Amino acid sequence: MDLILEGIKKAFWLLVSFDPEVLGITLLSIKVSGSATLISLFIGISVGASVALTRFPGRRIVVSLINTGMALPPVVVGLFVTISLWRNGPLGFLGILYTPLAMIIAQAVIATPIVTGITLAAVQQLPAKLRLQILALGATRLQMLWILIKEAKLSLLAAVMAGFGGVISEVGASIMVGGNIKGYSRVLTTATVMETGRGNFDVAIALSIILLLLAYLINLVLTQIQQRERRR
Amino acid sequence: MNASLPVFDVRNLQVNRGGSLILNVPALAVAEGEILVLIGPNGAGKSTLLQTLSALAKPSRGEIFFRGQKIGAEIPLLQYRRKLAMVLQEPLLFDTTVYHNVASGLKIRGMKRDEIEPVVAKALERFGIAHLRDRSARTLSGGEARRASIARAFATNPEVLLLDEPFSALDPIMRETLIEDLEKVLRETRITTIFVTHDRMEALRLATRLGVMNAGEILQTGSPDDVMNHPANEFVASLVGVENLLHGKVAKKKESSIIVSVAELDIEVTGPMEVGEEVTLCIRPENVTLLPVLSGTIRPERNTFRAAVDKITPMGFYQKVQVDCGFPLVTYVTNTSSLELSLKEGIEVLASFKTRALHVIRGASSSLVSEPKSRGSSLQDT
Repeated sequence: MDLILEGIKKAFWLLVSFDPEVLGITLLSIKVSGSATLISLFIGISVGASVALTRFPGRRIVVSLINTGMALPPVVVGLFVTISLWRNGPLGFLGILYTPLAMIIAQAVIATPIVTGITLAAVQQLPAKLRLQILALGATRLQMLWILIKEAKLSLLAAVMAGFGGVISEVGASIMVGGNIKGYSRVLTTATVMETGRGNFDVAIALSIILLLLAYLINLVLTQIQQRERRR
Repeated sequence: MNASLPVFDVRNLQVNRGGSLILNVPALAVAEGEILVLIGPNGAGKSTLLQTLSALAKPSRGEIFFRGQKIGAEIPLLQYRRKLAMVLQEPLLFDTTVYHNVASGLKIRGMKRDEIEPVVAKALERFGIAHLRDRSARTLSGGEARRASIARAFATNPEVLLLDEPFSALDPIMRETLIEDLEKVLRETRITTIFVTHDRMEALRLATRLGVMNAGEILQTGSPDDVMNHPANEFVASLVGVENLLHGKVAKKKESSIIVSVAELDIEVTGPMEVGEEVTLCIRPENVTLLPVLSGTIRPERNTFRAAVDKITPMGFYQKVQVDCGFPLVTYVTNTSSLELSLKEGIEVLASFKTRALHVIRGASSSLVSEPKSRGSSLQDT
């Protein structure tokens, strides 16, 4: 019990004193997971909406693959991204293993199927005749796609939340491709794992509280937007 | 723009879905300023025809010419679609304000914001929804949403308006006021319109030309009066409200008329049919009159028969009365007339109809497709 209380006290102190190392780790977490989420939104919304709107042979297989991808284990992603970026790997020439960029790539791979799956479901839920109505209003196919995405925006906010939530909290892939290098590729989750391993529970608790707060704040903002939209 | 060219000229249009032919229109022309109303039961191909005309569905065969230009070839599809506006059965409004909904077609066309404003304001005004301008489309009632959806179509100033049952699922009062407003706007703008419905009354209110569809085919087109009174076949007749279809055989030929024997009773009609030919007589219920059976001798009138009242169904402002004269007849009687006649089930009355209120169709079968010659007009005028 003392351990936890001590931890919370220390965590509070680290937070209010704006400890430069903790601050750096937090900012990097936001940067890496934010960038990964943005990339996954770009790919996931385009792919999800396209699959939702087209009929092609083997579509069901593609949809079930996307749905399986939503539960992609981060360590598996970490493993494959590591192999790809390894010195002798297919993308080894990029020389980005153990960098924040590699972490962004790995996290984007994790978040993209989540965003794709939710977009797919959201666009499919729109009335089937809405597409006809948009085209009848004189829209090009691209304009139609954009209007449909706007129509599904509330569900897409859920995709942002799920995507960001998925990557800010993952540790396996980040530690494998980022290497948890102090001051360079250390993020909240990887630091928590390391500090717990070292027995520095106070620091680990502090980092966990920040992680929770961060996840809560971002979801709070998105939920506010979503619920305001729904009330309108 | 060549005014003499039809707005639409459809040739050999066919649509196949899942291996079956769901639309087959050998020819259809729609003239400038015409309001063509297509009626038919669900699944008649009405919506498919509208979607094909608006280039939202691909025909399996055939061509559509818009003012003489073949669509998809001489006129690009996008450019063509932007000349039309379509209102579907559901309002399908976007999740934004009424203003932005009505403006959406103009935004799609890349119109500038300050140019959009007055156009949208006019469209909102025209359909009585200016006060809803800043309301979210989600909070609108069914009637308001329908108005917004029609205003959105009109805002783009289309050359042709395609309406696919826009009033279905509205309560009668809302429907009535909306039809009134649409009627006014269509009269003012003289915009070429194709309107699809399964409601006969709606069709008669708006149509300058009426078309009847079934099983993917247009069975008959003509003036509303012509189609109503001279249906080409039994299917059209029943769809336009001819509730009395009597099958009989021509028994005698007189100088200016023929006598058709129906259930061993003689009915006099005018027509070019020959003795022995099988015919179907169409009588609209509103053209059948009921009279009291007076005591004493009565001079036998033409087409007047003793009948027993079988069933009286109250319809609000009038009563639907089924009588049996040897053949069944349905007639509409006002509540006042019913009182005057002391109508009751089981009593005897005289049922009468005028010779010129009868329309004769060749053949006594219930085949739905008329002879090819009769397509486009009725078989004969009585």
